[in-house]
Amino acid sequence: MSLSPVEGVALAEIEAGGDEGGAAAKGVVGRSPGQLAWLRLRRDRTAVVSGVLLVFFLLLGLAAPLIEMVYGIGPREQFQNLLDGFGMPLGYAGGVTGEHWFGLEPGLGRDIFIRLIYGLRTSLFIAFAAALITAAIGVVLGALAGYLGGWLDAVINWITDLTLAMPFLIIALALTPTITLRFYGERGQVSSAFGVGVLIAVFAIFGWASTARLVRGQVIALREREFVEAARASGAGLGHMLFRQLLPNIWAPILVSFSLAVPQFITSEAALSFIGVGLSDETPSFGRMIYRSLDFLQTDPAYVFFPGITIFALVFAFNLFGDALRDALDPKSSR
Amino acid sequence: MARFLLKRIFSATLTLFAVSVLTFLMFFALPRDPVSSICSKNCNPERLERVRDDLGLNDPLISQYAGYMKGIVTGRDLGSAQGGRCDAPCLGWSYVTNEAVSDTIARVLPVTLSIVIPAAILWLLLGVGLGMVSALRRGTWLDRAAIGFSLTGASLQLYFVGAVLLLVFVYNLRWLPVPSYTSLLDNPAKWASGLVLAWVALAFLFSAIYARLSRAQMLETLSEDFVRTARAKGLAKPKVYGRHALRAAITPVVTIAGLDVGGALGGTVITETTFGIQGLGRTAVDAVRSGDLPTIMATVLIAAVFVVLANVLVDLLYAAIDPRVRLR
Repeated sequence: MSLSPVEGVALAEIEAGGDEGGAAAKGVVGRSPGQLAWLRLRRDRTAVVSGVLLVFFLLLGLAAPLIEMVYGIGPREQFQNLLDGFGMPLGYAGGVTGEHWFGLEPGLGRDIFIRLIYGLRTSLFIAFAAALITAAIGVVLGALAGYLGGWLDAVINWITDLTLAMPFLIIALALTPTITLRFYGERGQVSSAFGVGVLIAVFAIFGWASTARLVRGQVIALREREFVEAARASGAGLGHMLFRQLLPNIWAPILVSFSLAVPQFITSEAALSFIGVGLSDETPSFGRMIYRSLDFLQTDPAYVFFPGITIFALVFAFNLFGDALRDALDPKSSR
Repeated sequence: MARFLLKRIFSATLTLFAVSVLTFLMFFALPRDPVSSICSKNCNPERLERVRDDLGLNDPLISQYAGYMKGIVTGRDLGSAQGGRCDAPCLGWSYVTNEAVSDTIARVLPVTLSIVIPAAILWLLLGVGLGMVSALRRGTWLDRAAIGFSLTGASLQLYFVGAVLLLVFVYNLRWLPVPSYTSLLDNPAKWASGLVLAWVALAFLFSAIYARLSRAQMLETLSEDFVRTARAKGLAKPKVYGRHALRAAITPVVTIAGLDVGGALGGTVITETTFGIQGLGRTAVDAVRSGDLPTIMATVLIAAVFVVLANVLVDLLYAAIDPRVRLR
């Protein structure tokens, strides 16, 4: 992995912060488990590098309109004059120049770099939104099922099993256009915000089951502990029991599953766009770009590599960070 | 054992029933006219009405569902517009392809099987083997290489790996023909050369996950007392590792493998799209694009059947591998 100058600077800053923490830690200080985990995370080199890379990606996605201003080219601008008679970009490596850093798309002649930046923004937004919603649904349903037990547990458990038995990709593939048609009809022009919303909804419907199962298991293990009994004996209500007593004890596994869910949603979004049911061609997306690039494998091989490597780096950083987070939160685990 | 099996089959049937009702509702009950997509251009109202009648869309929902289910179990008469008598696993008639859906499925299912089964054998051998070796040689360069491999593989995307493989082996080196499907019985060599890239791509990505999982499991098992006891009583290393430890370490791998294979059999959508091979997954994508409801419904159902069956099989395998698992 090569570090760009930008990452190098950010890394140095974080390391400086780490030294300060070390100096303060000389005296005996009481630390919460959260602080301990944070310290462990900061000492883990993989965690720091992947974390910095993630922050870098997040900033790129957030600052997309700003980058567009500085870069001077929009994601929908076409540069037909830089393509040859067959629609292939002129020059080397798919038309890489000082002006078009990653070259141009064959056929339409749009700038690949700025489309990647906007694709990153779409991808991260969908993934974070879907991960937040599924985590919320999963935590509430799982905690309710685990804590209350009885028929509610049986029903929620059955729905969880059912959701896990649904072949996700095929269902999502079939469901997304159906929902779109339901709202737009046969010929309506689908807005890109709507496409994003439908994707998030489909992920939310099918993605909560594994979190629910995880939380249910954890809550069942905690349910019989003394502190829960004590809280119940002093008359705590359901909401207090779930969110004040139980949840603070299981946030670690929830956080880990959240951090590993984000890359899963990134790849699912790319996969759905790849098979052509996710986002429309108007919205910049990694999956869509790679799908288009397959037609130009022989004539413009550079086109597949830019989106392919970007999505790899993004998912790689998330996976590494998720693993490091797990190690930091659970010192007993050995990978 | 028999009781466990019955119980498991009962719950599996219940799940399948629920999945079928849900998918049926999703696609037929949504107020979208399935007919208008069948003939979007120059279709007169009478013809539309006739097609609607043929499809039974004017009947109440419950009788539509009952008819569909009856068709799967005993076959039914679809009327002359839809090819007349439709035999036992009748999944309806597709107006888009002008073919009974069960015929389409019978044609594309062997393609998906030919992709998934060899790939699964490859990824299991490679993944578990690599995980074992790296656990036994913990801390060596071999272990580090295996960890690097599994970390990279777990973050790579099939369409990207597939595109690179195509680029290198088909378009640049020209060692392999453009991927396609030939029946194994017709020409085994052509069958293998047309599908080998799909196997390699799938096996590469999946074995990364399995290498990581089986390494972690193996490390945990190796620190158990029974492994030390087996070594202490003088058993040879290969026997201890190969029989005692492997058997204990492999149970979670079996679970995930079962679910992965079950899921993949339901349609390797991405693989088939990347390599341009017409299997179940590609058929589902095409059906979605052309609004071919009976085919969509059939592919979703078949995928669900594979996932549910894989679940049952995994439970049974579990008991066979690990005698501590008691079947109740």
